[in-house]
Amino acid sequence: MAAKSGAGPLQKGMGKLPDRALLLMAGLIYLFLYAPILVLMVFSFNSSRSTRVWEGFSTQWYAALLRDQSVLDALYNSLVVGVTSTIIATIIGTLTAMALTRHRFRGHGVADSTIYAATVMPEIVVGVSLLVFFVAVGIGLGLTTIIIAHVAFNISFVTIVVRARLSGMDQSIEEAARDLGANPLQTFLRVTLPLILPGVMAGALLAFTLSFDDFVITFFVSGVGSSTLPLKIYSMIKFGVSPVINALSTVILVATMILIFGGSRFFMGKEDA
Amino acid sequence: MREGKGKGWSLGLAGLLGPAALWLGIFFLVPLALILAYSFGTSGIYGGITLGFNPGNYLKVFDPLYLEITLRTLVIATLNTLICLALGYPLAYFIALRGGRWKNALLILVMVPFWTSLLIRAYAWVVILSGNGLANRALQFLGITDGPISLIFTPQAVLMGMVYSYLPFMILPLYATLEKFDVSLKEAAKDLGASRWHTFWRVTFPLSMPGVIAGSILVFIPSAGEFVIPNLLGGSQTVLLGNLIQQQFLNARDWAFGSALAMMLAVMLIGAIMFYVRRIGTDKLGGI
Repeated sequence: MAAKSGAGPLQKGMGKLPDRALLLMAGLIYLFLYAPILVLMVFSFNSSRSTRVWEGFSTQWYAALLRDQSVLDALYNSLVVGVTSTIIATIIGTLTAMALTRHRFRGHGVADSTIYAATVMPEIVVGVSLLVFFVAVGIGLGLTTIIIAHVAFNISFVTIVVRARLSGMDQSIEEAARDLGANPLQTFLRVTLPLILPGVMAGALLAFTLSFDDFVITFFVSGVGSSTLPLKIYSMIKFGVSPVINALSTVILVATMILIFGGSRFFMGKEDA
Repeated sequence: MREGKGKGWSLGLAGLLGPAALWLGIFFLVPLALILAYSFGTSGIYGGITLGFNPGNYLKVFDPLYLEITLRTLVIATLNTLICLALGYPLAYFIALRGGRWKNALLILVMVPFWTSLLIRAYAWVVILSGNGLANRALQFLGITDGPISLIFTPQAVLMGMVYSYLPFMILPLYATLEKFDVSLKEAAKDLGASRWHTFWRVTFPLSMPGVIAGSILVFIPSAGEFVIPNLLGGSQTVLLGNLIQQQFLNARDWAFGSALAMMLAVMLIGAIMFYVRRIGTDKLGGI
């Protein structure tokens, strides 16, 4: 899009001050967003126990992190919960999105509202209600209850993301497939699914991140020995500030950045094509 | 939105919708119904609960002690939303309308903190605000204070942590609406003699309302139910509704009162959302 410069020299001159103020403000907000994170990362390489005074470079806290079996266990739990709940929620969410975009039925509004309600319900309410439910029906708290809870909140997010892709899709292609004799399952697997795959992948990525980062709901439905990474970080912070938490945070931050840069190249590249 | 050919219920539709209906029915709606029932129950001394119709739990909410917590929660959540809007709008505007070829990179820079664990971001402020942390040393360096002052475990610290944690939730929906903004409308306003200030408040801002509302909902809802940030940065001084609910379920074991508080929070927030969504429609909230 070419920038039109219809404004005269005088107007342009007047426009400079607000533009500079805007640039300055944007710069300051980025500084606000990144300075605390950068401080955190820098002190993960501090040679002393202090997270405030710099005393020299060291990677000892990363070594300490790798030796901490409880952190590794928590990471393992988080990956198990993340992968399992993502697979289940992605399948169920994609089916739901198909139902909501390709069918008209009584109760469509109710289904729609339930999907949205699950995304806006305060996490603490979801957490305590699931805790009460699991205790009432006698299901022991552990990885299984965490996975069940994560699937429950992720179904809605996957549905919303996949649905956006489905409703923007040209349906005449599906009709053509059916006219040529493909049954509904063949149409879905050979025509619809390949076309909505970026949406499904985006939904899965969102589901995995939400699961991997979730603290509040997990906090209420976890049991002894089923600590996920966020729960572990929380108990470490409660126990006291330590450079090991800085090291762990740095690892997570760098992994997040790699995931986002990789993901954005994947998705933005797709849109350009 | 175009709807497909299928009309009415069929076996295929039941197959598509069944799994979600079962999962959300059993693990979302039934638990909510359960705490609704519990909220009218009576808690026993040893943590058990007797069902019935006891409005006492809801009346207890109006006890001055608890009312103060509710009001404090609403004040902090509202301030958080307004500050996020005041900081987020200029940045979203800058990225969407002045970003040029850096637009994607600038957007990704907002997404990194958005996707990073909230706990880590809160922890950063625990480190900065704590007794001998950077904030205190900066204040002393600048000669504003003589010795370390108490920065952490204050309502201000909680607000600081919340603004920091939720700012990206405001920027992204604002960006999404401003990005679709038709610049020619602004030029038309300018050509018709409107000043920059007028153009912004009469044209740009009203057209970005869907983003303002979506962003405000995304910030207000979680901050009203927040209990991690006040736990880490507020200590025992700044108890919010989220902390109170957590205490009822985990420490006090008064599940009936805890359920009533949770129901109150849910009804309050869902009510507020429905009020706003009526005005802009749900589709616009989905595109985040």
